[in-house]
Amino acid sequence: MPLWWPLLLASLLFAIGVYGVLVRRNAVLVLMGVELMLNAVNINMVAFDAHLRAALHAGQTFTLFIIVIAAAEIGLALAIVLLVFRSHGHIEVDRLRALADRDEPATEETGR
Amino acid sequence: MTTILQVLFVLLGLVAVGSALLVVTTANLVHAALWLVVSLGAVAGVFLLLAAEFVAWVQVLIYVGAVVVLLLFALMLTRAPTGRQPELSTRRSVPAAVVAVLVAALLGTTVVAGFRGARIDLQHAQVGTPQVVGGALFRTWVLPFEVLSVLLLAALVGAIVLSRLRAERGGAD
Repeated sequence: MPLWWPLLLASLLFAIGVYGVLVRRNAVLVLMGVELMLNAVNINMVAFDAHLRAALHAGQTFTLFIIVIAAAEIGLALAIVLLVFRSHGHIEVDRLRALADRDEPATEETGR
Repeated sequence: MTTILQVLFVLLGLVAVGSALLVVTTANLVHAALWLVVSLGAVAGVFLLLAAEFVAWVQVLIYVGAVVVLLLFALMLTRAPTGRQPELSTRRSVPAAVVAVLVAALLGTTVVAGFRGARIDLQHAQVGTPQVVGGALFRTWVLPFEVLSVLLLAALVGAIVLSRLRAERGGAD
């Protein structure tokens, strides 16, 4: 099998994940886009492991590490999402503008 | 030379890409999570074809089993409506699509141009059985493994602290 087949599949999945992160409003759907991007990286790792036939199996081992990190990330992110829902009543990321970078700064407060 | 493995790989890749597209475009929240199951399952099949047997089963167990169930829990706990919702995507979908197409074009041309001649010899590849991966994990990569366990502990404590914060604030209101 040519090596670029899985690499191209990973590129496409990564781009789809980028689209999902950029376009979705619901925070849980944004997290799904992040999961797609992490999976694309995993395909790269496994493909290069099979291509190089490394004796240490670094590709497959680091794929396992990435899966564990993704699980930890999704647990924390969902705790934050539930907290945001509790305090705001919605989880639409483009309406959560409390920390947004605004054009007019509060000059009275920041001037001191 | 077209082998059965290559045909299977193309089919699984098409399933993965198609269901991933449905994940990011469907107007139904729960359907997005279920299409994510299909996409991650197809990726697990790709792992199996690429001689990473243990990684494929871990993918099925943790991603399809745990992560998607967590996502569905979050959708339910945030009282997600189950019907169709036209407002799920922002109005910036055209620039986002342009960015995504540019990312795909850049990464795709880079990997195709860089690795056009390289091949994966699947006939002689060492299958990543649990024995092989476990040996590599606990002989060579045992220190990152331990660091990762500390990371998992920190994430666990962080999630518990965040949910306690919610409970205290809820009690105070």
